[in-house]
Amino acid sequence: MAEDPVVSARNLRVCFGDVAAVRGVDLVLPRGRAVALVGESGSGKSVTARALIGLTGGVVTADELRIAGHDVAGLGERGSRAERAWRRIRGRVVGTVLQDALGSLDPLRRVGAEVADAARLAGTAVDVPALLESVGLDPAAARRRPDELSGGMRQRALIAAALAADPEVVVADEPTTALDTTRQAVVLDLLRARVDAGGSLLFITHDLGAARRVADDVVILDAGRVVETGPFRTVMADPASTEGRRLVASVPWGRPRGEALLPDAAARLPGDARPGTVATQGNAPAPATPAVSVGGAVPGPASSYRSDLAPQEPERRGLDAPREASPLLSARGVVVRYGGTSEPAVRGADLTLRAGRTVGLVGESGSGKSTLLRALAGLLPVESGDVLLRGEPWSALPERRRRARRRQLAMIVQDPLGSFEPRWDVGQVLTDALGRRDPRRVADLLESVHLDPTAAHARPRTLSGGQRQRVAIARALAVEPAVLLADEPVSALDASVQAQVLDLLDELQAQRGLGIVLVSHDLGVVRHSSDDIVVLQNGLVVESGPTEDVLSHPTHPFTRELIDAAPRLD
Amino acid sequence: MSAVPSLDAPDRRARRRRTPGSQAPGPLASQIGLWVLLACAAVLALAGLFPGLLAPGDPLAVDPAQAFQAPGWSHPFGTDESGRNVFTRVVHGAGPSLFIGVAATVLGVGLGAVLGLLTGLGRRWLDAAGSRLIDAMLAFPTLLLALLLIAVRGPGVAGVVVAVGLSSAPGYARLLRAEVRRVSRSGHVEAARMLGHSPLRIVVRHVLPGALGPLLAVATLGLGQAIVWSSALGYLGLGAPPPAPEWGAMLNAGRTYVTSAWWMTVFPGLAIVAVGVVATLLGRRLSAHLAGRSAGG
Repeated sequence: MAEDPVVSARNLRVCFGDVAAVRGVDLVLPRGRAVALVGESGSGKSVTARALIGLTGGVVTADELRIAGHDVAGLGERGSRAERAWRRIRGRVVGTVLQDALGSLDPLRRVGAEVADAARLAGTAVDVPALLESVGLDPAAARRRPDELSGGMRQRALIAAALAADPEVVVADEPTTALDTTRQAVVLDLLRARVDAGGSLLFITHDLGAARRVADDVVILDAGRVVETGPFRTVMADPASTEGRRLVASVPWGRPRGEALLPDAAARLPGDARPGTVATQGNAPAPATPAVSVGGAVPGPASSYRSDLAPQEPERRGLDAPREASPLLSARGVVVRYGGTSEPAVRGADLTLRAGRTVGLVGESGSGKSTLLRALAGLLPVESGDVLLRGEPWSALPERRRRARRRQLAMIVQDPLGSFEPRWDVGQVLTDALGRRDPRRVADLLESVHLDPTAAHARPRTLSGGQRQRVAIARALAVEPAVLLADEPVSALDASVQAQVLDLLDELQAQRGLGIVLVSHDLGVVRHSSDDIVVLQNGLVVESGPTEDVLSHPTHPFTRELIDAAPRLD
Repeated sequence: MSAVPSLDAPDRRARRRRTPGSQAPGPLASQIGLWVLLACAAVLALAGLFPGLLAPGDPLAVDPAQAFQAPGWSHPFGTDESGRNVFTRVVHGAGPSLFIGVAATVLGVGLGAVLGLLTGLGRRWLDAAGSRLIDAMLAFPTLLLALLLIAVRGPGVAGVVVAVGLSSAPGYARLLRAEVRRVSRSGHVEAARMLGHSPLRIVVRHVLPGALGPLLAVATLGLGQAIVWSSALGYLGLGAPPPAPEWGAMLNAGRTYVTSAWWMTVFPGLAIVAVGVVATLLGRRLSAHLAGRSAGG
């Protein structure tokens, strides 16, 4: 290609004090293409992206760093001269979209003013209504403030602000991580449309399923270094690096129920075991050298993907209860209404959960899936309908009588940290759940979720997200429940940590015959981990049944929309 | 299988905070500041508990021949209109002032805690009734309340304690109510409910410890305020009767001679300021410490 790339970086390094976050990254973004910069938390992908707008807050050095013809390699980030030079680049050369749309938009200003400002600062004129329309927003949204918009609309407004000055390259740093999959798909398609129209995009994500929707090429980062690069589809079909293989294997869509996503993960717990700062990792794995040779026993990452939605034989595992046994938990026509609202949050939901099986509740945020789960847990009153626990009344009981039977259920939530008493360490959390002092049992529990027993002395807030969720699962196991209620247990986690937690839940279910109700907005997660599926939309069950039956013959348009939006690689 | 994730891995937030250019004072300066603060608090406490150690003299000893002496070697803060040693009186005045401040704060926090718990944990009607009572108490002026009590019981320390205590109670009650509600809604209380714990156990083990921390920090701030208030009441002649070495009353006595004998008002005034500043700074430190802890520092 004769044309100059819009971004080219050679040997880019970013240091914070004596900690090197980015350690020699080469990056080329050709004009009119989308490059996905993929890696886990701490791999240096966000810092790399921020180096392109001079906002790392650290010390940036590079043999070459050119952005649309501007040489910014020696610019630095401090001083008024550097600040002036960067200001010419930010906005008009590089447009930025960040993950936290609420934090990036001024809460007191109308969206239209914010978008127009972005153009004015860059010294260009802009037609705000047309711009909003081009990102799929009603032009009337210009008169609204950020808190009056939904998360997906805010993210689109932010994209509009990034595009306002018609930048040569858009840098999108995890722009969809806070959104559920259907809204994520809309935003990703929007970014892709700009690339198709000739724009250039650098897309930062930890999720290959999201990257697939936009990217032409992929650059995989690990510990501040590029470990693999190439055309997206080629790399996905046969990733050469360990990190690439791990990321590919972490995408749950199309992986058969019961198959471990990361079969060798328990041995090394990657991601979790990753030191917090890359500098502490003295011996980084050599790039592009497979550390483990993947033979026939382990499913080859790409080869085992099912590209079709044909029904799969659901795997029958050890403790599966016979069909005729009374269900562990069942809901009949459950209606839940929050105090003072006219519309119920859940409008008549049915659900049956048997031992050793998983029911997946899937829907967008606001569809009532978490509300239904809390009603099943007996944490919210049921307005009409019935929840039965082992065939006996549950929702109809007064809380006083429910309390004695509470320990048959356990719950894990999206934010495990908030569910731990902040003054306690892990050992105290587990001891409290056990109801007696028993250090051996605490150690056993930690062992069963693949945490080291020394974790008992750690404060939950010093643990990584994946470790926290493991502690939450250990606490759930402490009460030896028959039913585990899981509310978006993996949606705040990095892709490979998510895969590990899903594997762990599968493993524990096989060992203990747990019945699991799994709430997720991600159909890929639910499809891989559930025997039965309940699709919720606006508080209504629109479709339910055995997972593969429903997914191979979706009858409701919303189910088809979810299938289309699910992050996948095929 | 010994799959051991390293537990010393700092979380993402901690890493972000370590970026250069954060505005917090350096750890050393902060440490020194804390020690200076604690030393001042220790001196004040010593003066309050054992004034004889710092100023062996008699705060009431009259010596008309020595009246209106400017500060000097034998009497560092000068003497008053009856020749009493102002330094001795200021040191001995720490006891009554601190006692009134502490007693009023204890009364206010105690009453506020009862009201805050009732409104924060109780049923809806109890919350409504309690909250209106708190509003009414907030609306009632401290000074008027003190005048009322003193009109009924005559001037004295007890009236000041009750007046200041009652006035500060609604603030504590509101704070505790909000804290109790915040903690009650939090994820870890829901987790405790899921474990089948009783409401009493949840309140004792989760809600109270979580809510009392911020109350403690604010009460330390309030201690300084209470001492300033009680001094103000003393200045108005509503507290301890005149010969007693009470800072507010000393200010009042010195008021007449402020042009000729400035030391009679300046030193008791400085003592009040010192107590207020020390209590406020300690309270801020405490609440910053608690906030940092619960925010996951």
